[in-house]
Amino acid sequence: MLGAILSGDFPRSRVLTVVLLAIFVGLAITPFAIPGAAAINTAAKICYFIVLVVSYDLLLGYTGIVSFAHAMFFGIGGYGVGLSLYALGPTWPVILLGLAIGLVVAIVLALLIGLLSLRVKAIFFAMITLAVASAFAILATQFNEFTGGEDGRSFRVPEMLRPGYRLFDGEVFGTAITGRLLTYYLVFVSAVLLFLVALRIVNSPFGRVLQAIRENPMRAEALGYRVVYYRTMANCLAAAMAVCAGAMSALWLRYTGPDTTLSFAIMLDILLMVVIGGMGTMYGAVVGATLFIVAQNYLQRLMGIAAAATEGIPILPKLLHPDRWLLFLGVLFVLSVYFFPTGIIGKLRGSNKA
Amino acid sequence: MSAPVLETRDLTIRFGGHVAVDGVSCAFHSGTLTAIVGPNGAGKTTYFNIMSGQLPASSGSVLLDGEDITRVGVSGRAQLGIGRAFQITNLFPHLTVHENVRLAVQAKSGHAANLWTRWSSHTAWIERAEHYLEEVNLAGQRNALAASLSHGGKRRLEVAIMMALEPHVFMFDEPTAGMSVDEVPVILDLIHRLKGHGDKTILLVEHKMDVVRSLADRIVVLHNGRLVADGDPAAVIASPAVQEAYLGRPAGKAAAHG
Repeated sequence: MLGAILSGDFPRSRVLTVVLLAIFVGLAITPFAIPGAAAINTAAKICYFIVLVVSYDLLLGYTGIVSFAHAMFFGIGGYGVGLSLYALGPTWPVILLGLAIGLVVAIVLALLIGLLSLRVKAIFFAMITLAVASAFAILATQFNEFTGGEDGRSFRVPEMLRPGYRLFDGEVFGTAITGRLLTYYLVFVSAVLLFLVALRIVNSPFGRVLQAIRENPMRAEALGYRVVYYRTMANCLAAAMAVCAGAMSALWLRYTGPDTTLSFAIMLDILLMVVIGGMGTMYGAVVGATLFIVAQNYLQRLMGIAAAATEGIPILPKLLHPDRWLLFLGVLFVLSVYFFPTGIIGKLRGSNKA
Repeated sequence: MSAPVLETRDLTIRFGGHVAVDGVSCAFHSGTLTAIVGPNGAGKTTYFNIMSGQLPASSGSVLLDGEDITRVGVSGRAQLGIGRAFQITNLFPHLTVHENVRLAVQAKSGHAANLWTRWSSHTAWIERAEHYLEEVNLAGQRNALAASLSHGGKRRLEVAIMMALEPHVFMFDEPTAGMSVDEVPVILDLIHRLKGHGDKTILLVEHKMDVVRSLADRIVVLHNGRLVADGDPAAVIASPAVQEAYLGRPAGKAAAHG
């Protein structure tokens, strides 16, 4: 049963199993366990970033394709749902329509990029995705009237998903069942389902071919696999999943804009999350995304406490000032890549992994 | 004789000014093992590369069962039944030994691109792969990474991968090169058994003359990209053209070896 759900791909490490269970349970109970908007915001962000990073791992970790256009596909999902809701009004069919538009645009773009450039060397593909993504980000900010430009667009969601909505009077475990809570669980359940879909894909015969292509594309071709077809398919699947992540983010934030979805900073974050978690493992993407976002959100507070505690000592409080959090995040990344070159998962499973 | 399975007509490839394969016309029939010999740089591996699609011909054509496949890509030719074991070992280094062979079995099945079933549910593929590992004495190392095998082990895995493709045409490129003495018989035995089927078209590039003598039904000699001799093994080995190709001209300017 569990084998079927996880597609026979178990964490294969006791510590990792515990960590994954902790993440799953943590995300499942956050709205009830930790009061306040900060915790649930962080948890929701982890959920849609897990989907985004998992889909990127399908490309980078499994197929060995370096793409810089992944944040663009995330953005297409966000803008697709966001602009549809903004233009057509907050109803459920509009969400589906926005998602469908996003999926079509993303898959067509992924197909075009793939067919034009997946035949050539990996470095050219990376450059082309970079160019397309930059062009797309500029277009999105220039079509001011349509996209809201640099400011992005805030929009309303269906009534059931609004903060003011109550599923029923009264509380469960001391928490009111608001529209916000329903949105959170919509995002959470979508994330779990999409993760399991991705896990199934990488453990299918198709997914095995992707790994073969990563290892030795020329040999895969000589076995009779049309490498371009497989790479293009992987590109389209990853793009479609990124669109879903974008749609989830739009529903949660009730806002879409270049900085939250399209920017190169997001692309860098995705890359770091995959590398820190461990490429080509799916579970690594979950651990990487969770760790990264928790660090992003709580490092500042931690440093505030540390700065207060070291008051009176010269230099140290200034170094630990919350404004320097990015510096420490950077140091953490350098250290983690240095000590865990195969990612956290690689470390936990032992380095000799097939 | 029956129609040839694989045939090249006036096949030529140029790299800049250098003609590596020069107008080679040759037909290969089923049930025959043809050894392709020649000194280093004679164009044997290049000739193989054009036939299995890794290199595009500059001119001339390649035919499979009478159909022109000169424009068909590498994967297309593999699907049509041209199997190739590479001289320079060409594996999936960080996948297991078993997975290397299983991928070949999967490529041969009609469901290679299936997205939704679990790979491990296709038990027939797993068993087939196991069978071919046993054929080359690698079953004991099925879970090792391909990269961790000895040189001879990698060569044997290379052969197992081609066997698993179950092709019509088997192209062995120096299958025993660099193997230890006790590993060579495993491969020779395998090729012998393959020959025993009587309906396979086998091409073998080989340097070791004793191996060629024991296996070949026919020898083709390439020298400087040209086909210089073709026929019965004993006659070819004794022919002046072969003596010259391997040993140089008896007098005057020596033939260039590259």
